[in-house]
Amino acid sequence: MNDGGLIGIFLQNLPVLVVVIPLLLAPILAIITAPRVAWVVSVAGVGSAFLAAILLQSITESIGRVTYHLGNWEPPWGIEFVVDSATSLTLVIMTGLAFLATLYARASLLAEIKHTDLGKCYAAWLLASGGLFGLVATGDAFNLFVFLEISALSSAILISMGAGADRRALSAGFNYLLIGAVGATFYVIGVGFVYAITGTLNIADLVTRIADLGGGAALYAGFGFMIAGIMVKAAVFPVHIWLPAAYGYAPSAVSSLLAAIATKAALYVLARLLFTLFAGVPDITELAVTYVIVPLSLAGIFVGTVMAIYEKDIKLLLAHSSVAQIGYIALGFGLASSASVAASFVHICNHALIKGGLFMAVGGFVAALSSRANLASFVGIGRRMPITATAFTVCGLSLAGLPLTAGFISKLYLVRAILAEDAYVIAALVLLSSALSLIYLWKIIEVMWMQPVPAKSPNLVENPAIYLPIWVVALANIWFGVDASWLVAASRAAAAALLGGGL
Amino acid sequence: MMMPQTALLVGILTPLAVACLTPFLANRPVWRDAAGPIGGVVTFIAALKVALAVQAGETPRLFVAQIADGLAIDFAVTPLGAIFGLVASGLWILAGLYSVGYMRGAKEKHQTRFAAFYAVAVHAAMAIAWSGNLLVLFVFYEILTFSTYPLVTHKESQAARDAGRLYMSILVGTSIVLLLPAVIWVWMVTGNLEFRSGGILADALDPKMAPVLLALFAFGVGKAALMPIHRWLPAAMVAPTPVSALLHAVAVVKAGVFTILTTVVYVFGIDFLSESGATTWLVWLASFTILSSSFVAITKDDIKARLAYSTISQLSYIVLGAAIASSVAVQGAALHIVMHAAGKITLFFCAGAIYVQAHLTKISELDGQGREMPWIFAAFFIGALSIIGIPPAGGSWSKFMLMVGAVDSQLYFVLAVLGLSSLLNIYYLLEPLSRGFFRPKVRDVSIESHPLVVIPPVITALLSLALFFYVDLFADLASLMVAP
Repeated sequence: MNDGGLIGIFLQNLPVLVVVIPLLLAPILAIITAPRVAWVVSVAGVGSAFLAAILLQSITESIGRVTYHLGNWEPPWGIEFVVDSATSLTLVIMTGLAFLATLYARASLLAEIKHTDLGKCYAAWLLASGGLFGLVATGDAFNLFVFLEISALSSAILISMGAGADRRALSAGFNYLLIGAVGATFYVIGVGFVYAITGTLNIADLVTRIADLGGGAALYAGFGFMIAGIMVKAAVFPVHIWLPAAYGYAPSAVSSLLAAIATKAALYVLARLLFTLFAGVPDITELAVTYVIVPLSLAGIFVGTVMAIYEKDIKLLLAHSSVAQIGYIALGFGLASSASVAASFVHICNHALIKGGLFMAVGGFVAALSSRANLASFVGIGRRMPITATAFTVCGLSLAGLPLTAGFISKLYLVRAILAEDAYVIAALVLLSSALSLIYLWKIIEVMWMQPVPAKSPNLVENPAIYLPIWVVALANIWFGVDASWLVAASRAAAAALLGGGL
Repeated sequence: MMMPQTALLVGILTPLAVACLTPFLANRPVWRDAAGPIGGVVTFIAALKVALAVQAGETPRLFVAQIADGLAIDFAVTPLGAIFGLVASGLWILAGLYSVGYMRGAKEKHQTRFAAFYAVAVHAAMAIAWSGNLLVLFVFYEILTFSTYPLVTHKESQAARDAGRLYMSILVGTSIVLLLPAVIWVWMVTGNLEFRSGGILADALDPKMAPVLLALFAFGVGKAALMPIHRWLPAAMVAPTPVSALLHAVAVVKAGVFTILTTVVYVFGIDFLSESGATTWLVWLASFTILSSSFVAITKDDIKARLAYSTISQLSYIVLGAAIASSVAVQGAALHIVMHAAGKITLFFCAGAIYVQAHLTKISELDGQGREMPWIFAAFFIGALSIIGIPPAGGSWSKFMLMVGAVDSQLYFVLAVLGLSSLLNIYYLLEPLSRGFFRPKVRDVSIESHPLVVIPPVITALLSLALFFYVDLFADLASLMVAP
């Protein structure tokens, strides 16, 4: 079937290339100490993953589903990579945001971490990205665990790199590692249960065998462990406790990368487990979404929002807000209708754009201020750094769901999906929390724009290498607020692929 | 000649262009300040063109973008929209001129930011007026709130920031928690959000649910300042007076009542509403707001605070007309948008002029000042007449039609409410005048003359008189609004 030389090979191997290009480049970077070269290689690595993901998306839009057998081993013996509409959409979002974060990373990392660490940092960056892409693309339950570990270890390194600026990054990274390990262990215990009763690890294979089994204590135990483990990774309340410190003390570029892609990958896996892997046992999945996921996501929405309202440190504030936003995505999955799952995909994309952009902008402020970003150091920053501050404001308004921004589209579709289920109380809670989120956003906007610049403050320089990528993200927030046709259609296809059963 | 479509585009884009140009003219104050009034003239001509086309039976349309299926950004001018467009753009010319005089006279800071956001707010108001569906209306409703925030907090003092918080939390809070689900609800049951004469809900919504949906709209549109969500309006008076005059007497609050009236006429349909009896509670609530805010107004000594409560009361006249939901009553409500706008902007212009020229802000300080500022006080008198509804001022038409509408629907208590309200208006709006002319002077103040804050109120006062005699265009548009 090899019909086009190099390009043909590239096209055939797309599902795996998304994952292995970043992973294979990582060890090379560990030995390159020249930061600029390491950065160029990272951009190339993540960029080609982005390109591969776009091609995959166009393929799944026309033919639906692509599989790839690693090493040409037939499943269920070999490891299979499976990409359908849901997978490719998630991959496009993740690789796209990772690409922008990588473009942005150079100048921001230079300002925030020790220069001798830069090579290692880019290596961990690629490992984390590749691991997270793998988490989404793989069609093998155990292989998924491996990617979970790859991404967790490398993310812990990345988070700890923040120690150059603030020593608390070390404990944040350590906590992340520990709690993440608990999650991964839970997951792999669950896989053990399921493997014991089905004898397979291939997800497509598991789907049919679980449906045949139809129930049983071991299966339920496996289900519980796997879901609980992934919920830790996805930072669903109350197992989100690793997230605020991890995003808050990591270098800003790392925060923007992780906020945009890490929890998103885990949320995707959560949906895949609920709606694909365990589609054959609807009674237990229904139980899980109604009595666990929906209440927990609502609790997370309010806890995250309230914590953000009382937080003064900007990065911690954004991290708490992420907990709430993850709640919205999990809520959409929890309602389990095709409209609500589609709304979750819309918000996966939009929240990646919003939070990615916000963390990048904070990094811009940190680089210029060379101090932590908090309400005190933000006084009058709108007039001192207008370009970055405007982009921050655009992404912030999108977070609050102002019309003509991406966040509004998310809210529109989520609320509509909730109302279609006649869940009026949930709709009211979501709208209320969305109004509350304006409070923490406004706290920042007020300080940035509506207070005079403190006397004797030095002039701040805005670096185009930092603000150009931020503005790309900010404009994307507007673009997806005005023309959401593609995203909505792709999200509907993704929801159909997820809920249609089978893989 | 401009085609109506072109005029529509010009009318929406001109204020935006002014807003975008303003920052680049920061170092040329003359050009920067001229941009507003010039933009106002262009926008007004466009609005006039559009209104004449609507009067001739056309519906100027402009499709901008498809957001997703069933959601589009498009503009289509309804007769009611044509009325609001004329009001907002026409008064912008005068408010723009006035604003220059006021900001310079009062030596305010950040005049460039002020001018830019002022124009953005007008842009949002024009887009609201000419919106073709509920989504566009909602979008620009929110933009109007956000663009007026920097104007409300203009002074950057703690008091201004507190007021700004109250302003945002009520307006954005109600719009997100109540108005947005109302819009989504309509979207769900009808599949589209377009405005059509006769409404789109008649066959789609269970009449039992109509009062609930109406309540979501009535309380979701915080800008209509129905009690108990009226507190933002007095708070917003902390803004410089040109903001209070154009935005918090015309563009913002009228956008609120315009939204309610549009919803009643083009989304619910007045027949559906009056048959379902969904509006009875709103008649009572609007009546309550009319009277109680008048009583509050009497207690206020600050001129702008008193005018703010008077505005709350007058806005509920329009809500009342919408709630009566008969053909004559909604026409009266539509006309009241015009009449109250002309009258109230005059009063605010006067209040600002008194502040800039004599640095007085309280009614009790006005004793004996009438002869010092005769033009201002004369304009105030005519504006007050129009608000009270005494001929020969425009306000008498709309009040008359509201009364006829109430009688038609056998709501006789409404007559008593309107009558009592007029008496209260006479008391609290004419008090500053009686103090100004018939009391001995308590303070000697030096008057600094600033012609740009005197000419606009005189013009709008004359306009209030003219609207009594030349009301045809507005009356035509209002009757087209309810034509099948």
